[in-house]
Amino acid sequence: MEAIGVLMTCPMSLYLEQELDRRFKLFRFWNFPQKKEFLREYSPSIQAVVGNATVGADADLIDSLPGLEIVANFSVGLDKVDLEKCREKAIRVSNTPDVLTEDVADLAIGLILATLRRICESDRYVRTGMWMAGDFKLTSKFSGKSVGIIGLGRIGLAIAKRAEAFGCPISYYSRSRKPDSKYRYFPSVVELASNCSILVVACPLTNETHHIINRQVIDALGPKGVLINIGRGPHVDEPELVSALQEGRLGGAGLDVFEHEPEVPEQLFGLDNVVLTPHVGSGTIETRMAMADLVIGNLEAHFLNKPLLTPVV
Amino acid sequence: MENQEVAAKLLPKVLILEPPGVFTAFETEFSQKFECLRAWESPIPTDEFLDAHARSVEAMLVSGFTPITSSVLHRVPSLRCIVTTSVGLDHMDLQECRRREIAVANAGNVFSEDVADLAVALLIDVLRRITAADRFVRGEIWPIKGEYPLGSKLGGKRVGIVGLGSIGLDVAKRLEAFGCILSYNSRKKKPSVPFPFYSNACELAANCEVLVICCALTEETHHMINYEVLSALGKEGVVVNIARGGIIDEKELVRCLVQGDIAGAGLDVFENEPEVPRELFGLANVVLSPHRAVFTEESFRDAFELILGNFEAFFSNKPLLSPVMDV
Repeated sequence: MEAIGVLMTCPMSLYLEQELDRRFKLFRFWNFPQKKEFLREYSPSIQAVVGNATVGADADLIDSLPGLEIVANFSVGLDKVDLEKCREKAIRVSNTPDVLTEDVADLAIGLILATLRRICESDRYVRTGMWMAGDFKLTSKFSGKSVGIIGLGRIGLAIAKRAEAFGCPISYYSRSRKPDSKYRYFPSVVELASNCSILVVACPLTNETHHIINRQVIDALGPKGVLINIGRGPHVDEPELVSALQEGRLGGAGLDVFEHEPEVPEQLFGLDNVVLTPHVGSGTIETRMAMADLVIGNLEAHFLNKPLLTPVV
Repeated sequence: MENQEVAAKLLPKVLILEPPGVFTAFETEFSQKFECLRAWESPIPTDEFLDAHARSVEAMLVSGFTPITSSVLHRVPSLRCIVTTSVGLDHMDLQECRRREIAVANAGNVFSEDVADLAVALLIDVLRRITAADRFVRGEIWPIKGEYPLGSKLGGKRVGIVGLGSIGLDVAKRLEAFGCILSYNSRKKKPSVPFPFYSNACELAANCEVLVICCALTEETHHMINYEVLSALGKEGVVVNIARGGIIDEKELVRCLVQGDIAGAGLDVFENEPEVPRELFGLANVVLSPHRAVFTEESFRDAFELILGNFEAFFSNKPLLSPVMDV
């Protein structure tokens, strides 16, 4: 398969790069500052694109790759892939579900705990010597608090299972009620937010879920409420979130994703009731390797005319 | 004003040497039910204060930080009940209490969940580098450096719990939901517990990637986590301590962390609080917390209710709500 050209859209995993290099003819898109020239010269030989949550395969890129057969994503979210276009052109699409579910759920709980129990702030308190001058303040308990989950897919369910171990009552919002679910359903995000202490965004990003967390939802969550976003930055109306946090209309937030990564609103840096992580939901050595293996597996399956391991289109 | 003073004098007396945080938070409410003998407010030395005012006092409220030695007990000869706001009892001469037939009540399980929550919080933070990542973002390094170093997956990690009391069990229950593989060390094997028991901390460490310290500090457990245990834990090992600093040989722990002989640590307690070894401040694989495992607003309220309940029980000759050892 060394003749098959694979275009990797941005740096995402050294291990994946190495494995792709060994099996295919790998093109690292970010090494070519003159993208148009690169595409003119090499596009005929590119049959696969490997994208991720940062840079995927939009309409422009797909149109400029006449030989494109498959987009194999190094992520489970597909918001950066023009699925319509792929369907139109019979281009296969695969993603990396399941292997990253646990890590993302673990991070969601980690962010809840860090935000409520002020872990980052108290670490700063110790490191800067302030503990010598007096005790740290009281923080907020997690166990037993009500957790509302937007999106009860694999990740949402994994978050629910973990939160249950802390005695948290679970409720959710989803496009439709899940008849087999033992958790309490709310038919709107505002109602969900009004009835929980901790609201977690765990749904895919689509046109419908863009800015699903808006001013109304934030106000419903309230000054003691905490928002956790392990979905996509555009799920949240970021300027609204920032002003709510600054004004104390929202109790706190744990955010792994932002509307314009890697830019993060600097007003958040001065707040001690927020925890900020740089899109590391699946960021463990073990999981990134499993994701990379799945990308390779999907590519090999396609070029050997076998069924894709984790097909989307 | 006079009636209030008279009413106060009819209230049962409770001696307080140093005000526990829970007392201070709810002082008004407490003072409405009990007459508080505030030793710390008196200008005369404690010994003299006790001789002058505490001869007939039957009940005392203490925190985990005030040593209750036999010489203190000697000066409160009518004492029959001590309520400590802590779970830990290492600050009290329990043998002397037993000899004097003084009933002791502690915080029972009121803080267990919060302590377990903090243990899990510290573990996730160390493995997933949450606090270090927060510094990375706040320091505006993300746009410059791009990728953040990868952490380590929690699921599938073998976690050894040292001390399987109510806190240890709460930690186990939580970590099971994350797919951790549990085992424990305790003074005695517990037949109802489904996961493996190891008779000493070293063997436990040899079979785990994570150690969570949840036991009491006693003569036996002092420096129980020493060089041997840490090397058995190994280079991928993580230690979480939400119990007492003295259970770990701190110098050895610091050496292991600085030299990379273990992978990381989440610490809420230290041998000589509030002093923390400075060598830890430069390490990104360590998360430091200023002994706050129990300190949430919710548990303070719960603790206060428990303290009130214990004193009310004592003064109405009913069994204490959270006795450690009864008369």
